[in-house]
Amino acid sequence: MSRLLIKGARPLGADATDLLVEGGVIRKVGSLGSERVDLTIDADGLVALPGLVDLHVHLREPGREDAETIATGSAAAAAGGFTAVFAMANTSPVTDTAEAAERVLDLGRSCGLTDVVPVGAVTKALEGAELAELGLMARSRARVRVFSDDGHCVHDSRIMRRALEYIRAFDGVISQHSQDPRLADASACCHEGELSGRLGLPGWPGIAEESIVARDVMLARHTGSRVHVAHVSTAGTVEVIRWAKARGIDVTAEVTPHHLALTTDLLSGYDPVYKVNPPLRPSDDIEALRAGLVDGTIDAVATDHAPHARHDKEHAFVDAAFGMLGLETALAVVSDLLVRPGLLGWADVARVMSSAPARIGRLQGHGMPLEVGNPANITLIDPDREVTVDAATSRSRSRNNPWHGRTFRGAVVTTLLRGAVTHTTERELTTVTESEN
Amino acid sequence: MTRHLISSADLSREETIAILETAVSMHDLQRRDVKKVPTLRGRTVINLFFEDSTRTRSSFEIAGKWMSADTINLSGKGSSTSKGESLRDTARTIDAMSVDALVIRHQASGACHQVAQWVRASVINAGDGMHEHPTQALLDAYTLRTRLGELDGRHIVLVGDLTHSRVFRSNVITLKTLGARVTVVAPPTLMPSGIGTWSATDGFATGWDLDAVIDSDDPVDAVMMLRVQRERMSGGYFPTAREYTVGYGLTRERLERLVARNPEVLVMHPGPMNRGLEIAADAADAPQSVVLDQVSAGVAVRMAVLYHLLAGDESTRDDVERSVSA
Repeated sequence: MSRLLIKGARPLGADATDLLVEGGVIRKVGSLGSERVDLTIDADGLVALPGLVDLHVHLREPGREDAETIATGSAAAAAGGFTAVFAMANTSPVTDTAEAAERVLDLGRSCGLTDVVPVGAVTKALEGAELAELGLMARSRARVRVFSDDGHCVHDSRIMRRALEYIRAFDGVISQHSQDPRLADASACCHEGELSGRLGLPGWPGIAEESIVARDVMLARHTGSRVHVAHVSTAGTVEVIRWAKARGIDVTAEVTPHHLALTTDLLSGYDPVYKVNPPLRPSDDIEALRAGLVDGTIDAVATDHAPHARHDKEHAFVDAAFGMLGLETALAVVSDLLVRPGLLGWADVARVMSSAPARIGRLQGHGMPLEVGNPANITLIDPDREVTVDAATSRSRSRNNPWHGRTFRGAVVTTLLRGAVTHTTERELTTVTESEN
Repeated sequence: MTRHLISSADLSREETIAILETAVSMHDLQRRDVKKVPTLRGRTVINLFFEDSTRTRSSFEIAGKWMSADTINLSGKGSSTSKGESLRDTARTIDAMSVDALVIRHQASGACHQVAQWVRASVINAGDGMHEHPTQALLDAYTLRTRLGELDGRHIVLVGDLTHSRVFRSNVITLKTLGARVTVVAPPTLMPSGIGTWSATDGFATGWDLDAVIDSDDPVDAVMMLRVQRERMSGGYFPTAREYTVGYGLTRERLERLVARNPEVLVMHPGPMNRGLEIAADAADAPQSVVLDQVSAGVAVRMAVLYHLLAGDESTRDDVERSVSA
């Protein structure tokens, strides 16, 4: 597609304007009358945001291609309005070498539906004992900047300190899965409280997260390095981060749509679709997470998209796999629960779902304003369209969708990656795009 | 009557009493030379035990056999580390053989609840992880009613490892259903999460001081000692067995004080007992002890449960009533 005209879109929800895209770059913005173009997108009434960026997804390739592949995960990402996703390192083999990172990068490029940015492991094989080749991953073609043992906490204080010090050399960041394994071991699967007591499920207390976050912000202060708190789930963690930011500590944080919306009482039926790590929390925590996102304490929304093969979710609750899908529903959840009630404006959504995650991940070409000269990574949203989630129609290869049957207002209509349509719900556009190919 | 028995909360007061009264008839049957009745002839009951159990499994097996059901014991493989068949596949495979009831013991809380969504058979929870053990609560209630009559207003005290106890979770429900007043006692580390709000909602009392409960103005009608696993010490739940016994064991001296306030007090234990840890031999074998009555009641109560869940239609009900009253 060489020239593309987007008519009548509302950048960040502001007044309608037109955008001319050529060669994958935004060339003109304003009221554009008669441009000779190959494709015109009628975006009348649609909100235009910079392409969404997800700091936290699990694409399962290599190793568990029965649950997700980079191709199916990329398709789900595009359908969710994402133009870049950070793929966590807990694959098999683990992304703990430059070669493994480049392979993920290349698989993502060959799909071409979203930029797949590999996250590197902090420690070899995620074992928490020895540093992975952080520098080689950073120097690789994949230019890894985000390192995480996600799924496991870098709980050894000395390893965490050294990792933080080491990555300063290339402006990296450690995305920490904050879970003290002594306070919440691998069996912990239900928020510790009355419900876990009644259900007889191993409790996962908030303190297991908060104590690690408290330690990590002090390590970040001590080392002058950057720490990012993955999937914040408790009010106490929000307090700690707020305290740290007030003191100028270089800490950032993300929250998932499910922790912003779903409460722990959903576990009362022992349905493993609601089993996730960290666990769903009570409404008090949800309120604090929303407030933290609104006031900027929490920088980003990230999905922690975690596909699982059906049979891995069909065990007894404590034995079933942790995690839930999120890529295709994230924008709808944020739109419905935060934008509609007026907690966030569309400019805020652009910040928490695009520019902030791109900045935290030091990802070039994403999260940039819809201005002339910037790459045409654009997500078009119909803020009034209602969508009822149907797990069966997901682009993901998996079906562990906690949102099935729920209706949200706000839907991704079209996603553009450097000017190429990677997703659209508009039939005409689909036809045109296909014939172009 | 409910199709499954997953939680003690599945049973209303009327249903609970109906089962306990049926169990009286079944208990009479148990004392005869020929114990078998034809009630569940042609029905198949699978005892699917993912976790070892001697007394509960044999109790269900005898109950099924005396009711003339075809009873088959299967031991499942279901550890969290096993990479084998999913619980759903295991359950559906057995269900596909057109069995009538699945009696399930599983080390994971909620397993019976999950299986019940996947199968056509009736599911009976024979103990799921730290969650519930409803037939244990029924046999405890049966034992109590045999000695005390109706339980309304009676004061029952449960002592021990509440955190890990499915016996506690089911008993507190059934005892409240039957109108008893319940006090649970444990060190803070063995109290389940959220017990404060939970006890307030469900109307039972909690305490860390067993002696204060014994010496209060509210005499105890029965004290139920829960098993404490010695492994809990390594988890830091309490320092030593000696210290536990001093704080929470039913010693001879504590039993004497209980008897002084209420000579009719009953001593219960779901077994297996750790003599010398949570219960002294003197207490376990005292005249007040009804521990063996509990075991004996187990078969009758499980027969009653099978009867109420499986012998739904009138013809089989008449059948059992004829054979019991004969």
